[in-house]
Amino acid sequence: MRKFVKNYLSYTVIGSLAIILTIMGAIGALPGTTLALLEQSAIAIVLAVSLNMVVGFLGELSLGHAGFMCIGAYVGGKLAVLLSSSLGGTNILTVILALIIGGLAAGLCGFIVGLPALRLRGDYLAIVTLAFGEIVKNIIENSEFFGSHTGLRTPDFTTNRSMRFMLFTIGAVVVLLTIFVIQNVIKSKHGRAITAIRDNEIAARATGINVTKYKLMGFVVSAVFAGLAGVLYSYSVQSIQAVTFDYNYSIEILVIVVLGGMTVNGSIISAVLITALNNILQTKLGGNIAVAKDLIYALVLILLVIYRNAPSLKTFREKYNLGNLWIKLIKPKNDPSKVGEDAVRWDVVPTKISMDEVLSTDVIIDTTGDNSADIGERGGNK
Amino acid sequence: MKFLETLINGFSIGGIYAMIALGYTMVYGIAKMLNFAHGDIIMVGAYVIILFLPINPVVSIIAAIVLCALLGITIEKIAYKPLRGASPLAVLITAIGVSYLLQSLAQIIFGPNPKSNNLFEKLFPKFLESHRGGIIAIGSFNIKLSTIITLACVALVMIGLTLFVKRTKIGRAMVAVSEDKGAAQLMGINVNKIIMITFAIGSALAALASTLMMLDGQTVNFTMGSLPGIKAFTAAVIGGIGSIPGAMLGGIVLGLIECFAQMAGLGDYAVAIEFSILIIVLLVKPTGILGKKRREKV
Amino acid sequence: MAKFIDNVKSFVNTKILKKSHKRENIESSYVLETKALGITFGGLKAAQNVNLKIKKNQIYGLIGPNGAGKTTVFNLLTGVYQPTDGEFFLNGENLTGLPQDKINHKGIARTFQNIRLFNNMTVVRNVMVGLANQPEFKCNLFESIFRLPRHFKVEKAMREKAKELLRIFDLEDERNNLACNLPYGKQRKLEIARALATNPKLLLLDEPAAGMNPHETEDLVNTIKIIREKFDMTILLIEHDMKFVSGLCDEITVLNFGTVLAEGDTKAALNNPEVIKAYIGG
Repeated sequence: MRKFVKNYLSYTVIGSLAIILTIMGAIGALPGTTLALLEQSAIAIVLAVSLNMVVGFLGELSLGHAGFMCIGAYVGGKLAVLLSSSLGGTNILTVILALIIGGLAAGLCGFIVGLPALRLRGDYLAIVTLAFGEIVKNIIENSEFFGSHTGLRTPDFTTNRSMRFMLFTIGAVVVLLTIFVIQNVIKSKHGRAITAIRDNEIAARATGINVTKYKLMGFVVSAVFAGLAGVLYSYSVQSIQAVTFDYNYSIEILVIVVLGGMTVNGSIISAVLITALNNILQTKLGGNIAVAKDLIYALVLILLVIYRNAPSLKTFREKYNLGNLWIKLIKPKNDPSKVGEDAVRWDVVPTKISMDEVLSTDVIIDTTGDNSADIGERGGNK
Repeated sequence: MKFLETLINGFSIGGIYAMIALGYTMVYGIAKMLNFAHGDIIMVGAYVIILFLPINPVVSIIAAIVLCALLGITIEKIAYKPLRGASPLAVLITAIGVSYLLQSLAQIIFGPNPKSNNLFEKLFPKFLESHRGGIIAIGSFNIKLSTIITLACVALVMIGLTLFVKRTKIGRAMVAVSEDKGAAQLMGINVNKIIMITFAIGSALAALASTLMMLDGQTVNFTMGSLPGIKAFTAAVIGGIGSIPGAMLGGIVLGLIECFAQMAGLGDYAVAIEFSILIIVLLVKPTGILGKKRREKV
Repeated sequence: MAKFIDNVKSFVNTKILKKSHKRENIESSYVLETKALGITFGGLKAAQNVNLKIKKNQIYGLIGPNGAGKTTVFNLLTGVYQPTDGEFFLNGENLTGLPQDKINHKGIARTFQNIRLFNNMTVVRNVMVGLANQPEFKCNLFESIFRLPRHFKVEKAMREKAKELLRIFDLEDERNNLACNLPYGKQRKLEIARALATNPKLLLLDEPAAGMNPHETEDLVNTIKIIREKFDMTILLIEHDMKFVSGLCDEITVLNFGTVLAEGDTKAALNNPEVIKAYIGG
């Protein structure tokens, strides 16, 4: 039973929430704004969980997640437009088809970018992904086919109540699917290979792991789900514009993932919390004070990161550990030395452009150490 | 003529990118962190100029440079210094937080609408009377005065900075810290001071860059630093991050690409072209054109 | 600029054209046989003309002063470096030029001088990573994602197998700890266990006793002997500790400045005047 709870908690919670909310919506108990918020949260969850595949599990920094989302949004959105004009309407099959094609398109781009780019590590990979996102944005922005600067209008789901619920249900299913797939990949031998590469790439190679294959696998899976999030987004906003998907959006997703502690469940919670807070503060504060929300967000972000990471605050943290308090409340018997399958520390993500390991494929030629015939070392040990 | 004009424009825009890229590269080389907030220092510099412009244009420029240098130091002290020795990801996220903070502060104080500026008019009122739009025409060849000033400034900064790093004690200490922080400390170099100076110089250069951008008539708003910042960052990486000549080269390469793309009628795709070149350079030589490569030992 | 163009050329050659050379197998009675193996780093001969012949079930030592090129030989044998000269054969199969993971699949596993574990993973998962490539634990991505019966079967079998391996190294009780929390000696053992999990024919140990106290070293000698018997393993090891080498190795090769100084029976090789000269200096 405990094992079941541990493994299936997130599905159970989200699944039952989705069912309850759908029923509530169907009887008209939910206002439109709440529905919009729920859709936003669903998109944020899919984005965060899929980005975590790259950041938390592959240990690489990606700043181009919005680029993959952009591809999904435009490909799926365009397909939806074409289908609805040729079929004269939108039904569930067109949505599913748009999701599949959008996700596959994003995955294909992930493959094309990942194949050469994953030779790079750390910040260099981050820069290439950032560049990719900006290239996608720039090209789509100027493409007549995708509606250039005015954006792309997608079939309107908000006017028709039953359509909107269909979209909402599909969103919930996509969220569950994302969590299901990524959780299952990570808790399998493939996931172990991916986390092994993160922890020590050189050892992973020596242990027989095909590093390129697994890195690509992680990257493509992540891109596919970003694409799905994009298709959902294109349905939920009716009009998409490429400017939305700039690197700032990628960074926002990254912040969600990092604040969530780079685990699947953490990403889900942090995605919901941050989306909800953003939304509520925006509507509650209103007007000029709404920008104060960004200020508070920035301050909280800085303080939280410093509190959690500053070496000088270590003793303070250990004394009054708020994070541990949370763990103590929900899992009283938890032994800190026994860890879950997706445990990860912040420092596994190599964000500095470490000159020593930029190129993962030929880092290792060494002319200084043990291999050099240094005359001064003659007769060194013993 | 068109070609020559494009070339000169490329050098001037590239020079501005190079100036910003120097800030990224120096901070990277010495503090080993990506300062994502660097682009927003440009924006702060621009608002300082707008604030002080009614008093005197020269005063406003000096105020911008000094205040930005101070801001750089303050940010380093408050946000980055406590995290020295923490995981690089934490530092990166903090830098992102600082960037958000500066942007939202600017938005609260100055409002979201872009402000036009009249720095050029205030600085050279007489010149504008004799030359329409600040353009000097030599036959069919047109050049803006602001472009000439930019080129001169960039050349001065590059020469000055190179001399500073090569000839002065502090400059050499900077090189030492970027090579090996621990060893530099053992040699009696005050690493904290060097990092502080690096942030001050980088931020001052960003303020200078924003002055040059405003001379060219750039409007000021709270996100104005993002795109030049990210492009300068690209320039720093193309040239080889951590390398000062690399940042200069990268900036100019980027400026030339941008202007020639515009000349070829591909102005809309300038961003895509620039970033594609970045990707190609990185894939072929991951440390950038002038970057150094070190290897990991097995 | 010229350097940049060189980089472009080498990129095209290695990454796009994927130049590789032909590999011919030989008849060999040795588990590992190297023929004039060597590598040059821009004029520096880090290892040259290394001819090793290691028989089945042997414990073979590779010794030499610092900078003699021992780890380079290991790096050549595991594909970390591509040799510039010579070839090497595992049971007669030519493995020269294969990528690291392929060489591991063919049957060469190694440990590292500075321990390289998967630090953020538990001990048992470290070993399971090593097991993943064995044919009996085959399970594709689709089966894993949709949790088909084979996934559960394979996972369970792998976990049992990993526990079994850990039991031999006396690490079973630590299996749910993070690898980085283990004490030094146990980390060394775990690294060996992980290498063994890949089911190698030849095990390379890079300074296994480095940094260990005499008690731990003694324990390690026993462990290595147990490995040889239990797994019918052939072992090639690098070591500085002469007592360790003479107590354990059947045969050794002594390297200095990248070249072979002496080889053969341990006692005889260690008493070779050239070897003594190289170690004591002269």
